[in-house]
Amino acid sequence: MAETVVPKIMKQGKVTPWLYLAPALIVMTIFIVYPMFNTIGLSLRDKSGTASAAVTCSEDGPCWGIFENYRYALTDEIDPSSPATIWQSFWASSYGNNIKWILLMVTGTVGLGLLVALLSDRVRYEALAKALIFMPMAISFVGAGVIWKFVYDYGTQQVQIGLLNSILTGLGGKPVAWLSTPGLNTLALILVGVWIWTGFCMTILSAALKSVPSEIIEASRVDGASEWRIFWQILVPIIMPTIVVVITTMVINVLKVFDIVYVMTGGNYGSEVIANRMYTEMYKNFHSGRGTAVAVVLIVAIVPFMIINIRRFREQEAMR
Amino acid sequence: MAQVTYEHVTKHWGDVVAVNDLNIEIADKEFLVFVGPSGCGKSTSLRLLAGLDDLTNGDIYIGDRLVNEIPPKDRDIAMVFQSYALYPHMSVYDNMAFGLKLRKLPKAEIDQRVRHAAQELGIEHLLDRKPKALSGGQRQRVAVGRAIVREPAVFLMDEPLSNLDAKLRVEARAMIQRLHHRLETTFIYVTHDQTEAMTMGSRIAVLKDGILQQVNTPQVLYDKPDNVFVAGFIGSPSMNFFDATMIQENGGAYADTGAFRVRAPESKRDAWMQTAGRRVILGVRPEDIHDPNYAPPGIRPLEVEALVDVRELMGNEVFLYLKSGNHDYIARVDPRTAAYVGNRIEVVFNAENMHLFDAETEQALR
Repeated sequence: MAETVVPKIMKQGKVTPWLYLAPALIVMTIFIVYPMFNTIGLSLRDKSGTASAAVTCSEDGPCWGIFENYRYALTDEIDPSSPATIWQSFWASSYGNNIKWILLMVTGTVGLGLLVALLSDRVRYEALAKALIFMPMAISFVGAGVIWKFVYDYGTQQVQIGLLNSILTGLGGKPVAWLSTPGLNTLALILVGVWIWTGFCMTILSAALKSVPSEIIEASRVDGASEWRIFWQILVPIIMPTIVVVITTMVINVLKVFDIVYVMTGGNYGSEVIANRMYTEMYKNFHSGRGTAVAVVLIVAIVPFMIINIRRFREQEAMR
Repeated sequence: MAQVTYEHVTKHWGDVVAVNDLNIEIADKEFLVFVGPSGCGKSTSLRLLAGLDDLTNGDIYIGDRLVNEIPPKDRDIAMVFQSYALYPHMSVYDNMAFGLKLRKLPKAEIDQRVRHAAQELGIEHLLDRKPKALSGGQRQRVAVGRAIVREPAVFLMDEPLSNLDAKLRVEARAMIQRLHHRLETTFIYVTHDQTEAMTMGSRIAVLKDGILQQVNTPQVLYDKPDNVFVAGFIGSPSMNFFDATMIQENGGAYADTGAFRVRAPESKRDAWMQTAGRRVILGVRPEDIHDPNYAPPGIRPLEVEALVDVRELMGNEVFLYLKSGNHDYIARVDPRTAAYVGNRIEVVFNAENMHLFDAETEQALR
């Protein structure tokens, strides 16, 4: 008599698998799922979270009812008096600044990271060069902010202790208020971000470049490709999946940027970003409704990039 | 179309000498095979010719042109790599067209060349596919196709068949030979497989430790190996070697192995005589050892007692692993042989087909 042997693990019924999952599910529920719903709930309520957000509406201004905090989060920084001012105020708002951060910091870190990865591959002191460029990753962002605050320091007295300004004055120029000039300060902050994150991009891109078989490069050389063409038509297309992952990862990082801005300018002089604004509303103005509304906006902005990243990851896993 | 010349070519990797004073002239339209064990410098020799590595010393000419300083793309060569090195992000068509596009050929001509080559290699239906969607044999043909559309003066092939299974390898071997006949171009081919070398090469260059051991036609390499290494490398199963002493007796020269004595063939008597009293190495090919019942006519038989250690039936022949005295050797005998493991039998050596080498220099004595 043939008897099908069912492995014991298959006989566990419907309850046992849930028992195995329970610890993880409980922890996730307490620390992620519940706070998420609570955040969304708070964002629809007033300053102290006791009444609907609708009660905070002013009588003469516009009102979005229960979504009043979102009206504040999305439009408060915008000056609606004319199309020109709408654009200007948007570009100077935390959203405009975050877009600048994304455009400049992502291209800066990925571009420089790729360049360094490519060039260091050809020198003998590769390990040293990479270690130096990776080193800022080991410094906390707050620490990096403090360091760069010194670099950008603008003394109102005659003596300039800031590295950049002492160089400028030493060369006979006038000192620049790097961190308190609107527009310029965001660029100065982005430079710090690039300084910190280039090493991360370089490391991942370098690993991808090294995984391209050398015979493919040699084949293209024999085929007649110049080094420039090899880079653009062979290397970049082959490592494109990795480049996309690095870009989306960096976009997520940059959308969340907080420490550098908080430490160096506190979001003043037009250098505000979304995450710092969330912090300000929550812990300086103690307006939990507005703070959580900004947080939800930030999450909604990040989600598409997370989806791209997870899809890419699954594709790579499927290829193995 | 071009001949290729290596003049005193040397390549060092740090302290390691990969290629040591290589001199070789490869005629136009020739099919030359570099063969040798791994690390012998055969691939390096090819890569130096391709311009993928820089030479330490010496000169390489393609045609009359000194190419030492000329980059790979301007050497008028095409290369097939062991891993095929197809561009993974391009379709088969684009893989084959890439080199032509870089040379700015008119679109119509590119298309015509690619389709013609694809047709010849039987890969027309694959032109839109990516390399990932191809089998090993198909990839190999695409790699060959990418080389032939370029219509180069010299084809370089670096172990192009070693990633194929045995059956495909035989087919691909024939395909490359047909290609060589049709294209009438110089082919330079690297392999570690002596069968590939023997079947494909119009001449074979045997390398060991970066030093050229012998270069000649397969037949000469097989019949008259210059040294012990070449003798052992060419032919399968390998030539058997017996340590022996050369003895002079009654006006004849005899190689004495302890287990048996063999008199010098008439044609080689003088050469053997000169080494009288010295240690020598006697080389006997497995096919020159026969079961006495099936020994071919016309040989000069030398009977030797042997113990059968292992018997391998190959179908059309039997390999006997034999022991005589303290010598182990292989015989390739008629499949009807009645010798089985454990039997004490008598085998017949063809005493006319003996190879003699100096025990110290390992050079052939002729």
